[in-house]
Amino acid sequence: MNNLLEIKNVVKTYGDFTALNNVSLTIPRGSVFGLLGPNGAGKTSLIRIINQITMQDTGEVYFDGKLLAPNDVEHIGYMPEERGLYKSMKVGEQALYLAQLKGLSKSEAKKRLKYWFDKFDISAWWNKKIEELSKGMAQKVQFIVTVMHKPKLLIFDEPFSGFDPINAQLIAKEILQLRAEGTTIIFSTHRMESVEEMCDYIALIDQSNKILEGKLDDIKRAFRTNTFQVGLATTNPNEVEAKLKQLYAVSPADFRIINAGLKLNVTLKKGENPNDLLSFLTSQGHVQHFVELVPDVNEIFMQAVNKNS
Amino acid sequence: MSKLKLIIHREFIAKVRNKSFLIMTFLSPILIVVMGALVVFLMKKNDEKVKEIVYVDASGLFTKEIFKDSKTVKYQDYTALGLTETKKKVENGDFDGVLYIPKKDSLELLAKSIAFYSIDSPGMSLMNGLEARVETHLRNLKLIHFEIDLMQIKASEIASDIKMFNFSGEESSKLINGLKIAVGAIAGYLLMMFVMIYGTSVMRSVIEEKTSRIVEIIVSSVKPFQLMLGKIIGNASAGLLQFFIWGILLFVISIIVSAVFGIDMLEMQASKIPEDQLNAAKEAVNPDKLQLILQEISRLPILKLFVLFIFYFLGGFFLYSSLFAAVGAAVDNETDTQQFMLPIIAPLILGLYVGFATVMNDPHGPIATICSIIPFTSPIVMLMRIPYGVSWYELVISMALLIITFVFMVWLSAKIYRVGILMYGKKPTYKDLYKWIKYKG
Repeated sequence: MNNLLEIKNVVKTYGDFTALNNVSLTIPRGSVFGLLGPNGAGKTSLIRIINQITMQDTGEVYFDGKLLAPNDVEHIGYMPEERGLYKSMKVGEQALYLAQLKGLSKSEAKKRLKYWFDKFDISAWWNKKIEELSKGMAQKVQFIVTVMHKPKLLIFDEPFSGFDPINAQLIAKEILQLRAEGTTIIFSTHRMESVEEMCDYIALIDQSNKILEGKLDDIKRAFRTNTFQVGLATTNPNEVEAKLKQLYAVSPADFRIINAGLKLNVTLKKGENPNDLLSFLTSQGHVQHFVELVPDVNEIFMQAVNKNS
Repeated sequence: MSKLKLIIHREFIAKVRNKSFLIMTFLSPILIVVMGALVVFLMKKNDEKVKEIVYVDASGLFTKEIFKDSKTVKYQDYTALGLTETKKKVENGDFDGVLYIPKKDSLELLAKSIAFYSIDSPGMSLMNGLEARVETHLRNLKLIHFEIDLMQIKASEIASDIKMFNFSGEESSKLINGLKIAVGAIAGYLLMMFVMIYGTSVMRSVIEEKTSRIVEIIVSSVKPFQLMLGKIIGNASAGLLQFFIWGILLFVISIIVSAVFGIDMLEMQASKIPEDQLNAAKEAVNPDKLQLILQEISRLPILKLFVLFIFYFLGGFFLYSSLFAAVGAAVDNETDTQQFMLPIIAPLILGLYVGFATVMNDPHGPIATICSIIPFTSPIVMLMRIPYGVSWYELVISMALLIITFVFMVWLSAKIYRVGILMYGKKPTYKDLYKWIKYKG
């Protein structure tokens, strides 16, 4: 079974409101899967179904090849967007309690917690109450209680919100380490830069529907526009531009480069070879800039959402 | 099941470790005893102040024999001085009051013409005492007038106690009603207190989990239903422990206080009853009757009472606290709970009212019977009725209905709870709650 999680035709309604409309997703084992979508798209509804906090109306969820069962919560770690811990409970007791709820024995939980507390250098906090900790400190505790039972599937809802850059980096490192150890990770976010860095796969949910799903590279490929940004140092830019316009679709470009007489976006038609464009340009002057314009996740996101609405 | 245990354990520990819980547990009994002792002490002091009453008997029918001094009142005969002069003395503060008995043609007329003058209006117990003395004497005078031998009257007094049986074999007696009232009232009142204190504590604990946002993490590990049940049981255990400690502490402290200050705790109750009535009560309890009462007590089904008390106590608490949990889940903060509290508290209070108003007069009347079967009032009303003996089929119906309603309400509350704990921001209306109940899964 290469897919840890398979979601098939899931529908979820709240009264008259449809939160998820026939959504299917496949999440490969050991991947970092970005679940993207604007606020209110249905991401959290889907995550709650995976966590068995709520039940879908119709459709199935398969975890590790079998229908999702109550005991599977022990193999899932979930960090919700709204972080929370018992404020007046001591850090150690709280972590032990949450670990035991995830099915760990008390002694095993203690061992794992010691490992993580040492790793994050926070052993001194064991007997402190959460309300005595700073927000950043509490976030570390939150991360530990999410991952300490070594879940097969980790779900992070907006994982970096609330972390300062240093802690965010620390957490990102730990997440990638967990993936290297074989953990499958779902990222739910609308912060696209983290997606670009970490995700292997993405799915886009908008207005209760999945509108896009696949390997990040494949999606980018699908969204490529065959447009090249070129910068050319030439003595007669107007003449070159006129010639280019006869051959290709050309639009003005705006980028920063020194010494370029001509700056243009050139869009190739299907089947046209960028090498032909490049050799034409070299015959006209010094090529200083030649880049294919690949949309970043943010643009894909915007395009897809706009197309959907 | 072990997850439920974990939750119960956490809820129990969280509740018990709470500072206000500790303070309440150990301070309340001390406060209660100290207040009680203070009241008794003040009353004693009050009683020690002997009232001096004078009487002017123009009729010549009363003697010093009738106005015997008691512990709190001293009587003096000022008939010789006349009413006007005596009144002046009272006005000067020499005496606390003057009783004037005029001369009238008939005893009936006399009975209505006796007057009492004082600067401050006299207390109830003083007036009751005076009236009792006057009435007894006038009655005796009438009996003599009808040539009835007082000795014969005295000799003809007989203690009668009609035993009441119903066809399920329960036996009761009017005499022991006081005890039954006490047992029922205490049980019903305890239950209401318990529901109010620990039901709202369940509610607060739900709200706390919501505001600290940990609830989403918890319900990703356990079912909301388990969490709710764990909370209810955990809080109930903490509450029972607190009640238990209160009981022991009250007992111990009472003994200590009465030993140190020489105050008989029983006096706390007794001192509320005017002395004359107390004496009357003591007179009524002649050895024969005392034995009857003891027999009755031993005949009370103690074990049955205890088992049913536990059943209705826990049943009532679970029923109500599941509602409190649902309210806690529906709102974001405690101020928003008001609109949902009334429908929960109303049946509780109704139960107590019905209990005090109807059960005591007519324990098997229609209102008491109906209310002891309707699940929302049954825990309190039935607890009050049980000492009087309730037929087994009524008990079965009432208990079955309570269990069914309890399961249904827990299910219903769990539905509201499940949706509510993840809802933030909007203050829900009853319509919203209805919608939540209809959500699937």
